[in-house]
Amino acid sequence: MPTATNLDPYDDRYAARVAGLRSSAMRDLMSVIGRPEVISLAGGLPYTQAFPPDVLVELTAAVAADATAQALQYGPTEGLAEAREAICGLLAGQGVPAVPEHVLVTTGGQQVLDLVCRTFIDPGDVVIAEGPTYPGMLPTLGAYDADVRHIPMDGDGMLIDALQTELERLDAAGRRPKLIYTIPSFQNPAGVSLSLERRRALVELAARRQILIVEDDPYSRLRFEGEPLPSLAELDAGRGGVIHVGTFSKILAPGLRIGFAVAPAAIVAKLNLAKQGIDLCSSPLAQMLASRFVEGPRFAPYLETMVDLYRERRDVMVAALHEHLPADAAFSPPAGGLFVWVTVPGVSAGALLPRALQADVAFVPGTAAFFDGRGDESMRLNFSAVTSERIEEGVRRLGRVVAEQRTLERSLRSPGRSWQTSAS
Amino acid sequence: MADVCVLTGGRSLERTVSLRSAARVERALRELGHAPDVIDIGPDLVGRLRDRGYGAAFICAHGRGGEDGTLQELCELLGLPYTGSGVSASARCFDKLLLKHELDAAGLPTPEFVSFSQETVNELGAAEALPAAVDRLGMPLIVKPARMGSALGIGVAHNESELDRALLNAFSYDHKVVVERFLADARDLAVGVLDGSPLPIVEATPSGRELFDFDARYTPGLTQFTVPADLSDDLAAAAWELALQAAALLGVRGAARVDLVLAGDDLWVIDLPTVPGLTETSLLPMAAEAAGISFTGLVASMLDPALID
Repeated sequence: MPTATNLDPYDDRYAARVAGLRSSAMRDLMSVIGRPEVISLAGGLPYTQAFPPDVLVELTAAVAADATAQALQYGPTEGLAEAREAICGLLAGQGVPAVPEHVLVTTGGQQVLDLVCRTFIDPGDVVIAEGPTYPGMLPTLGAYDADVRHIPMDGDGMLIDALQTELERLDAAGRRPKLIYTIPSFQNPAGVSLSLERRRALVELAARRQILIVEDDPYSRLRFEGEPLPSLAELDAGRGGVIHVGTFSKILAPGLRIGFAVAPAAIVAKLNLAKQGIDLCSSPLAQMLASRFVEGPRFAPYLETMVDLYRERRDVMVAALHEHLPADAAFSPPAGGLFVWVTVPGVSAGALLPRALQADVAFVPGTAAFFDGRGDESMRLNFSAVTSERIEEGVRRLGRVVAEQRTLERSLRSPGRSWQTSAS
Repeated sequence: MADVCVLTGGRSLERTVSLRSAARVERALRELGHAPDVIDIGPDLVGRLRDRGYGAAFICAHGRGGEDGTLQELCELLGLPYTGSGVSASARCFDKLLLKHELDAAGLPTPEFVSFSQETVNELGAAEALPAAVDRLGMPLIVKPARMGSALGIGVAHNESELDRALLNAFSYDHKVVVERFLADARDLAVGVLDGSPLPIVEATPSGRELFDFDARYTPGLTQFTVPADLSDDLAAAAWELALQAAALLGVRGAARVDLVLAGDDLWVIDLPTVPGLTETSLLPMAAEAAGISFTGLVASMLDPALID
């Protein structure tokens, strides 16, 4: 007797919201970046190799000496008091107003994004996001079945006129967005920052229309040049229109998995309830390590070292892009953060990826940063995670495969080819 | 004693599949009383193989550099017995163009095809010959990288612009592509061959997609598998015979899988992987199980000839 087998016997029992979550060939292809021969410009990884092991030893020893029991115990869902105070201190240095009772400590900044979607998004709700946006936000928005509207950017970040037009279009359809999700400083993946003028305009527009802004801010401390810009939370001036999302992942270490949200008290209470059901609390041990580090004397010099290192790598990448990519490739050197967004007209980055991986270089194709399949001629390149020598070599390899694919595309569109002779 | 090594991983684009296959094989080998070393193949491979003096290598590296005869050649040079087909059979089966020519020459059915290389497109104006290819084969067409497994880089084209896109995509996986007549509404059948004997036929029915593609192969739930396939006795016998003829023609050894499509009452050979997947969603272990052979038993049958070698 033939037996029909579905290898997932629970296939018809999953919740509708996870039905669309699939593995993909693209993700599996990326597993070759596990080989040392492959230069990965794909990840968004900070260079943790530069973190001094003795500092970790000191921090851990200090926690063990005076707080072993507390570090190993469950903690309050909102986070340890010392961590929330340390976060307020950290934010004060960035001009973000915060008091401990408005802070929720989370398991990475990513958890805030999930908590916010879980708390605010019903299926079909509209969320405004930059186009392109943070690739890691897309599965989250997808899991809550958000209707994502991308707003284009230029060198000064999100185009406020385009946002206004989209809001009017939504008005006409009787719809109001639940959230505006933005990374105003050194945006992932585009690398650009929202100008001061546009920051003000965005905050005013959102306040006028009573749309909550989610300000994702992992990178503002990684500034290579220029003066810091005020955060959206600061410009909001206590009106309660902004959820500020932060993380220790880029300024300290993603392995600690500590992030945070700063939001009006009512929203923090809701996020707190949502978090209780997920993980009760974030690791007290990790909270102690993170907060003691940023309050201690080694933080400022460490951050300065990392900014210097990333600036140098950014310079190497930009110089290599000028040297190895075709003249019409578009990219702008970011003044901070971890990424360069490169667009090569007529070259499909999705189609290029297998060729690049076989040439031992990896990148994130631009389509991963759009909800609607756009971005195929773009790619995100990271310069923080590999050495300058490998950046130079990686971009050289990338230039070679881009040239190969360009030649092939041109050849396939040979003017001598005539389909008229075809009977099809 | 590490008497057996499992060769896996490497830089092939099928790395993930290889690692998944190897993890299962490693567990099975332990159950069989071996203490295998799992080796992610890289520049240190020859040194490691020489230093340890293994009794046999279980090849779990799918794709280029593992399945194409080159790793087998290396084992031969080092005098290391290995599982599966030899150098020549591996090389000829891995390259779909060579495989199809061999089948064609021997009168075994394989869908009509033409091939293009990146070099002929770039340097000899081969794109101008595409309309002639379409004339000969008719739409729709299926475009495949010649040397790639797991259905990576495969695309179906229903018109000229889709053909351009499919070619561009396939060329990203290999410099040589096969353009084949696509048999719409055909059924995907797989015949596992173990030491010259056929295993029960597996039918894969991907849900809601035109192709049994990479995602359909490796995402549990996306494909319905029927073992043994629901076929008339005559068709099942014909499929077995065709699979054995193809395997014998190419000289495969040990375990292999012959992929067929059934369109109407016509059977066609489309692929012959000589390092077939051994993951939890792979077809060969499924076929073996239907024949009453456990996964561990399958691994033992694959390894034994190498140990005797």
